[in-house]
Amino acid sequence: MAGLVTAFLAVVALAAVAALGAGAGMANVFGIAVPYVAVAIFVAGFIKKVIGWASTPQPFSIATTGGQQQSLPWIKQSKFDNPSTPFQTVVRMALEVLCFRSLFRNTKLDNRASEGRVGYGSDKSLWLFSLMFHYSFLIVLFRHMRFFLEPVPMVVTGVEFVDSILQIAAPTLYLTDVFFVVGVSFLLARRIWDPKVSYISLVSDYFPLFLILAIALSGIYMRYFAKVDVIAIKQLAIGLVSFKPVIPPNIDWSFYMHFFLVCVLWAYFPFSKLMHLGGVFLSPTRNLPNNTRMVRYINPWNDPSIKPHSYADYEDDFREKMIEAGLPVDKEA
Amino acid sequence: MSKMAPPEEVMKVDYSTPAESWMDVKPEFKLGNYSYPGKPDVLKYLGLPNPREWNPVEEDWKLPPDWREIVRDGFRELLKKYRSLKVFMDVCVRCGACADKCHFYIGSGDPKNMPVLRAELLRSIYRGEFTVAAKILGKLSGSRKLEEDVIKEWFMYFYQCTQCRRCSLYCPYGIDTAEITFLARDLMNRIGVNINWILEPVANCNRTGNHLGIQPHAFKDMMDFLVDDIETITGRRVEPTFHRKGAEILFITPSGDIFAEPGIYTFMGYLLLFDYLDLDVTWSTYASEGGNFGSFTNDKWMKKLNAKMYHEAKRLGVKYIIGGECGHMWRVLNQFMDTMNGPADFLEVPKSPITGTVFNNAKSTKMIHLVEFTADLIKNGKLKLDKSRNAGITATWHDSCNTSRGMGFFDEPRYVLENVVEKFVDMPAQTIREQTFCCGGGAGLNNGEFTEMRLRGGLPRGNALRYVQEKFGVNTMSCICAIDRATLPGLADYWAPGVKVTGLHELVGNALVFEGEEERTMNLRQEDLPGVEGSEEDE
Amino acid sequence: MYNGKYIIPGLIIFLALVLFPFIKGAGLGPLKVETEKPKNSKECVLKTEKMRDVHMVLLNEWRDDVIRNGKRVYTNESGKQFNMSLTNTCMGCHENKDKFCDKCHVEVGVNPYCWNCHNTSPLKKEGEK
Repeated sequence: MAGLVTAFLAVVALAAVAALGAGAGMANVFGIAVPYVAVAIFVAGFIKKVIGWASTPQPFSIATTGGQQQSLPWIKQSKFDNPSTPFQTVVRMALEVLCFRSLFRNTKLDNRASEGRVGYGSDKSLWLFSLMFHYSFLIVLFRHMRFFLEPVPMVVTGVEFVDSILQIAAPTLYLTDVFFVVGVSFLLARRIWDPKVSYISLVSDYFPLFLILAIALSGIYMRYFAKVDVIAIKQLAIGLVSFKPVIPPNIDWSFYMHFFLVCVLWAYFPFSKLMHLGGVFLSPTRNLPNNTRMVRYINPWNDPSIKPHSYADYEDDFREKMIEAGLPVDKEA
Repeated sequence: MSKMAPPEEVMKVDYSTPAESWMDVKPEFKLGNYSYPGKPDVLKYLGLPNPREWNPVEEDWKLPPDWREIVRDGFRELLKKYRSLKVFMDVCVRCGACADKCHFYIGSGDPKNMPVLRAELLRSIYRGEFTVAAKILGKLSGSRKLEEDVIKEWFMYFYQCTQCRRCSLYCPYGIDTAEITFLARDLMNRIGVNINWILEPVANCNRTGNHLGIQPHAFKDMMDFLVDDIETITGRRVEPTFHRKGAEILFITPSGDIFAEPGIYTFMGYLLLFDYLDLDVTWSTYASEGGNFGSFTNDKWMKKLNAKMYHEAKRLGVKYIIGGECGHMWRVLNQFMDTMNGPADFLEVPKSPITGTVFNNAKSTKMIHLVEFTADLIKNGKLKLDKSRNAGITATWHDSCNTSRGMGFFDEPRYVLENVVEKFVDMPAQTIREQTFCCGGGAGLNNGEFTEMRLRGGLPRGNALRYVQEKFGVNTMSCICAIDRATLPGLADYWAPGVKVTGLHELVGNALVFEGEEERTMNLRQEDLPGVEGSEEDE
Repeated sequence: MYNGKYIIPGLIIFLALVLFPFIKGAGLGPLKVETEKPKNSKECVLKTEKMRDVHMVLLNEWRDDVIRNGKRVYTNESGKQFNMSLTNTCMGCHENKDKFCDKCHVEVGVNPYCWNCHNTSPLKKEGEK
């Protein structure tokens, strides 16, 4: 509970800082300095973290096998749950990263002690909502490229067109805005109300959820309620990416709040669990093929000085008894 | 066992979470939920630090004065050696998908048996000692400092994990608790916090060649005893050889198979099969252990014990190695052996002398699973099998954790089983194959003092067994793991009384029809075969 | 660095994606959007700033009023009355869609569906120039 409250207050404080600060003549800070610093921290931090993982060897090939291995030719292999070639492993990884394969397996314990039965029914809610959340986030992020690219590429306009296909209201409602909020709300609600998950939750679990929710809501407020001047915002954005930063007049405070929270997210990213974005690619139980009887996997720190207790020493220890029992020996007594 | 409540009671698990934070809940050691510590002389033999008499229920664990530095330095070292550890420490999002996948959590309701929280026991120290980001928020960020209570918690929960990897299957980032438990145990070993039921077998295996400490002459005696039994049952005198140089194949199986029921019946099955095929195979008392309790200790001992296999194969000049029915043995053989002790360039790619099948899936390790070998024989029609010798058996199949999630060995054993029994039915889908549940005794936890917790952890497996017992009349659970054969009979007696546990080759041995053989009246357990009661009338 | 042959390209892709807007944007001049001003009118339905922010809402309201309520006349704050018509009223002054509407819309990737139905200029009566 303390974690939940702390995280919530932290996000409220951050939002307030930007909303008030920008209004109090600090637009330069929130519109120019902070974004540059945040992007720098994000890129440097992310790369440093990945290099840190990469500089550590993976000593053993420890795939978690999720199906039938490659075996005798007449036995059908589960190629993508138990891959034995690099290509199959790439497919397994793609399914993991793009479709959340492992979460798709999720089950829910149902212990009916009074009936003497324990069940493990399929439970795809976490898979569905996290998939919804991640893909919405991706599309929302992609749509935002209309502010940072000049001219706006066709593909961005295309995504925008599809995303607003229902033509509800004006400005038209983006479907991903809805899915995004629904997804993140589900994850937050689950964290609060599922006792198991709530018990393991830390500030660092609530904080990104509140932060992302605040980003989504402030964005929605800007578009559908405040109707901010998007041309002015694009001028600011293009100023940033062209390294000729400007603070145009007529930018609503809500933009600075939204933008600042996004900057906080970028800067926070490399130091948090959000690094699962990079980490999922480096998970040795998923990114290695189960071919370790076919191809020798090399451990760079394998210590050749570790030898078995040798047969000779063994025989020295037991020679008399071995001879007596009629077991062959290398050296007679 | 006597003080264990009946299954109906034990099933009523309280899954509620305590009001206080998990960091404020101290572990409570009581008989039945922990394993006895390593004995000083065993530690001395193994050269492990801090040998002493100590007792987990007592306040003072007699840790070395500089234990904090040792653990910190050790942790730092492992973070440099294991990318798995580093990534798993960093990327968990605590989504909780793993929470209800652990058999110890399902059976105990203790939140620290949720794999995520088990890992947090280590992760909290990682954050507290090695990361900058968490230092600002302190305990709120889930970080903490090394205290003796932390070590006690580690001892409790990293020895309440059987490294079955079921959680790892469901984790969206593939976080593998077996890896975390393995490395946490490595850290604890550095300050003399360990359990005897792992270390004594390691010491035994190093000296005598097997976990049980069976010396060569005794091993031969036990083999002779089984050979005599086979003669009683089948009228055939099988003639296994030891240390025969120039043999084609070296056969290695867990020592549990020669030591106790029901493993010995599987062992007799191996002997019968080799005799039936007239296979050019030899045994070794030096490499008389397939299992590897070093893999529950640290990477050094895992490598050292495993190295005997190739060492002996080289000495004897065999062409390749066949391994018997075992679980963690095959995890080591499949995922670690070649890396640690390869390349086995002195061996040849295994080729069945009977069918000519080349086992390309083991072309580097040159070690195949006996069940692969047998499945190939059956597929090629090389075995005459009489299912009626196993009449009366309605079998189910227990997929062992390690061969399931560390190998993917599912259809081979089922194929063999279906060819030797008349009735076979699988347990429910969420409890078999890659989703299989542990017997509760893996990773060194099959010791007597841990029985209560093990039986609780056996709830999911036991309940699934009970289900098929009631619904389909299953009376036999077959498996390919020596730990299973030791653990599951107790589990079945408790959760599904009346179900027998067999190895796969016990059933193969029963069904094998030799040319010109005497008619069999009993199975390998020397129980009358159904339908031969007539023989009793003669008496 | 271990497995660099996978990780380094991965990081390069990551960098390229993240820095793409900067790479693309470096050297761009300041963004200017100039719309063509009406030749024969000085005053819009609402104040310019207001129009800039809420014209889409206003048009939506007009549509509803005309089609659902049969109301055709809009009175603004200063009491001036307008025929609620995109084509005749708005585009009567802002004659050139390309030089007015599209200037901003294209700039920020907006694709309003107004002109799927509506004409882009008032219908000229016969004889009119």
